[in-house]
Amino acid sequence: MTGFAGHGPAVGHGFTVPVLQLGDVLLVTLQGELHDGMAEQLQEDITARISNTRVSGVVIDISGVEIVDSFLGRVLAEIAAGAKLLAARTVLAGMRPAVAITLVELGLTLPGLRTALDVERAMELLGVTTRRGEGSP
Amino acid sequence: MQVSVSEENAEREPAAHQVSAFLERRREQIAQRWADAALFRTVFTVSRDEAVEAGRAVTAALAAVAATGRLDDLRAPGFEAVRDQLGRMAASRARTGMDLDGVAGEVAALREPVTELLRAEFPEPYAPEAQEAVLALTVLMGTLRLVVMETTVSAGEELIARQREQLHEVATPVIKLWESTVAVPLIGTLDSARSQVVMESLLDAIVAERARYAILDITGVPTVDSLVAQHLMKTVAAARLMGAECIVSGIRPAIAQTIVHLGIDLGTVLTRSSLADALAYALSEQGVEIAPLRAAGATADAGTR
Repeated sequence: MTGFAGHGPAVGHGFTVPVLQLGDVLLVTLQGELHDGMAEQLQEDITARISNTRVSGVVIDISGVEIVDSFLGRVLAEIAAGAKLLAARTVLAGMRPAVAITLVELGLTLPGLRTALDVERAMELLGVTTRRGEGSP
Repeated sequence: MQVSVSEENAEREPAAHQVSAFLERRREQIAQRWADAALFRTVFTVSRDEAVEAGRAVTAALAAVAATGRLDDLRAPGFEAVRDQLGRMAASRARTGMDLDGVAGEVAALREPVTELLRAEFPEPYAPEAQEAVLALTVLMGTLRLVVMETTVSAGEELIARQREQLHEVATPVIKLWESTVAVPLIGTLDSARSQVVMESLLDAIVAERARYAILDITGVPTVDSLVAQHLMKTVAAARLMGAECIVSGIRPAIAQTIVHLGIDLGTVLTRSSLADALAYALSEQGVEIAPLRAAGATADAGTR
């Protein structure tokens, strides 16, 4: 499974993290474990995609991740920092309660990252409304 | 009563059997006497028959224990039969406000009437064999007292454990205050076990209610030291990782002073002085405004008419 689903150039060579482009936003869905090599590949891919497509936001969906260690925490922070240099905002979406507790106990509060409950909220945060629910009264 | 035991065998064993036989024989009298003792009289206030019945049960248990010769064994099978009964009696005394010492004293007072009866059994009340039997009885009564104490204490421990569990459940409710707004009113001292429970239930509620704002109200927290502050900050950080903004409310002036004196930096934490202020903040951030109904007076009038 490769990250072909978006517009723009295809990304992976045996790469298992799909990066989708939805309008002005890149959606990265992490699932299961992320190995060292994959993490570096992902970082490169995301920065390349941002500069190619000039998206203004990146949503990293980690609802399928059950274990986040300090390594993944650092990778996420680095992706966000890299995206920021390319003028894109990063939102971390869908963290599970157990993962949040583990991260906090490890002292990794990811201060530079914006967070959202799920992808929908993250899109909303980036100004991409998926549906106009809360209009004016 | 005749005692026909050889010299070297006249230690504890035969005395124990003697006591056992005596208890069996005089069960009715002992029960009658105990029914008038302070312990039985105050526990069974309704009917004397019940007190006598309880006395019979205890006497039978003592006789059974004595028959096995294990006078000082708390785990003797005979006691198991009356453990429940004794526990209930002790618990009933405890409910009236009597402490352990008092209960122990009342149990000790049971020894006197039995000893008197036992002495009366011997033609020579102060003969060596009589003394031997009384001594055995005394040991037995001491064991009974220990059993009562042990039962009481373990019942108390069970109660404490159960209440601690209840406290954990009761003391950390997560309340939905508004659409996407939840609050946890914290009451009592925050230790690490409790803050863990608070954190877990708050994060679960954030997912369940799809909350954007989480309010931690610490009005009911008596003191805040660096450990409690650390717990609070961890909870705030975890809620933020879940995509919810956390507001700490209800910091009393004295606690604010303490936090400043301790040099704890709550700079990253959003605070409001009261739960109402925190709710107002959360609502205004969501674009919700609360205003009094303009027609409130008119409707009230219409209602009375």
